[in-house]
Amino acid sequence: MDVLTILGDASRAAIAPEAAIYALAAIGLNMHFGYTGLLNFGQVGFMLVGAYGVAVAVSTFSAPLWAGVLIGMALAIALALLLGIPTLRLRADYLAITTIAAGEILRYVYRSNFASPVTGGVYGLTRFADPLYAINPIPVGQYGFGQLSFSDRSLWIMVISWSLVALACGLMFLLIKSPWGRVIRSVRENEDAARSLGKNVFGYRLQSLVLGGVLGATGGMLLAVYTQAVQPDAYNPVVTFYLYTLLILGGAGRILGPVVGSVIFWFVLVFTDSFLRQAIGTGLIPASLISPTEVGAVRFALVGAGLMLLMIYRPQGILGDRREMLLGDR
Amino acid sequence: MTAETVPRVSWLTGVAAEPGAGKPDPILVADNVTKTFGGLRAVQVSRLEVQRGAITALIGPNGAGKTTLFNLLTGFDRADAGSWLFEGRSVTGLPAYRIARAGLVRTFQLTKSLTLLTVLENLKLASRQQTGERFFTALVHPLWRAREESIERLADEMLARFRLDRMRGEFAGTLSGGQRKLLELARALMVQPTMIMLDEPTAGVNPALTQSLLRHIQQLRDEGMTILFVEHDMDVVMGISDWVVCMAEGRVIAEGPPASIGSNQAVIDAYLGAHHGRRAGDEG
Repeated sequence: MDVLTILGDASRAAIAPEAAIYALAAIGLNMHFGYTGLLNFGQVGFMLVGAYGVAVAVSTFSAPLWAGVLIGMALAIALALLLGIPTLRLRADYLAITTIAAGEILRYVYRSNFASPVTGGVYGLTRFADPLYAINPIPVGQYGFGQLSFSDRSLWIMVISWSLVALACGLMFLLIKSPWGRVIRSVRENEDAARSLGKNVFGYRLQSLVLGGVLGATGGMLLAVYTQAVQPDAYNPVVTFYLYTLLILGGAGRILGPVVGSVIFWFVLVFTDSFLRQAIGTGLIPASLISPTEVGAVRFALVGAGLMLLMIYRPQGILGDRREMLLGDR
Repeated sequence: MTAETVPRVSWLTGVAAEPGAGKPDPILVADNVTKTFGGLRAVQVSRLEVQRGAITALIGPNGAGKTTLFNLLTGFDRADAGSWLFEGRSVTGLPAYRIARAGLVRTFQLTKSLTLLTVLENLKLASRQQTGERFFTALVHPLWRAREESIERLADEMLARFRLDRMRGEFAGTLSGGQRKLLELARALMVQPTMIMLDEPTAGVNPALTQSLLRHIQQLRDEGMTILFVEHDMDVVMGISDWVVCMAEGRVIAEGPPASIGSNQAVIDAYLGAHHGRRAGDEG
């Protein structure tokens, strides 16, 4: 049983591009759920249109990568308007139902046969981000030590994605501390009160949905260029629930909540995985109890149990304020 | 707001004490406003005029349609038919936020405090002309800093006026029921309305705070504000209102000065039932 290896694996995951990508998408979800009170259960749909926006533009239509990024953004805005305009006037639950359905519809459309000439169907598309790696200023090689060593390509994506996370946090900070953020929070607290004070609640919800959606799409694009592949089934509803998990873990309605949440989520997930594998390998846990192939499922069960404990003893999340939790009616 | 104090009764002397009576200077005029919920006709007001600069009380038994009428007039519910003018302009069917911007602001029977905003933020939120409430302007602090400072001064004055200054930095959720009513009134005033509609402003408020709330309301009237309020406590109605409108079963059944409304037969019938006064054996 090598504790250092376990910690090394877990730490690596906590700073890897995936952690940054999930943080970014969760920052968008924090805008929706944490600040505006919008129950968006289809954040993965925004990630999908972002990822495929880049992939399809570059692979299928031979557009330059930067154009693909703009197309991804535009698609996210279009999706937010399409979802928001009919549902944001209604009660919160309708948005939840619509978004989870929209995410699934998108996944099925992108993986369908009729779309495969454009989207690559179930196989998706690959190798569309070469121009991004061509401008990688980091010399070829391995950086770091032990398990905490990254290739120049991974490092390049880490620099880009963590910079974007920092940028997004800065943007959120400016917005939430502004009068705009005050209106957004009032919409979350009580939409009728906001309305009675002359605030266009619908307009603010739509702005929030667009902003959070674009952040989600940015996460999707990063995931696509990092793996150099898009594949529809990677964008299943479970991703949205991971995002909710880490958002609530870190603290919804806190600027750094999604970032802290993502880092801890990945750390704990990989820690559990690595620990279980080692424990089985060294015979600490009999192989008859859990076989190595079941580790993937068991770690999520353990993470779920941990989350339940957190909800019981610290429902406000790691960065949250207990007093707010008690006063709030959510 | 003007500081000029006008005698209470002068505007409304000579106004007929009958449903739908015309007022010398109406700020709000409603015509044939109807709303049905399923088969129930909740509101059917053929005409209602509200005098500018006066306190008008809206009374009536439970289920008379007072709150529904409030909701219709302020855009919180959609009327089936009818039209209404505010300050001479039609605001029929406008969304709630635009009616508020036109200067007609309401409060709610069950206070809708913004729990996780501080008391100060509650007030600052309500002020108008803050360009920092636009998305792109919000990102550039210097564009809205000056306005924010003037809003904060205004909010602090309002807090002092309603004796909420000690709670300035507290979450609104920590206030007592009575303080929430005060906060809601103060917040409504931050919108700088010309008319406020208060839905049961004294419900659930302790007697001492009720008195202070009523003084605030009278003071606002003396400063030129128009006030329409729903109230069940007859002492409050008699004490501060200049005019009383009584609704029953969705209709306006009586109007008049507070002194006369208690003896109005239609009002007595509405509250006690048309058969009161007769002995049990008289039927048939």
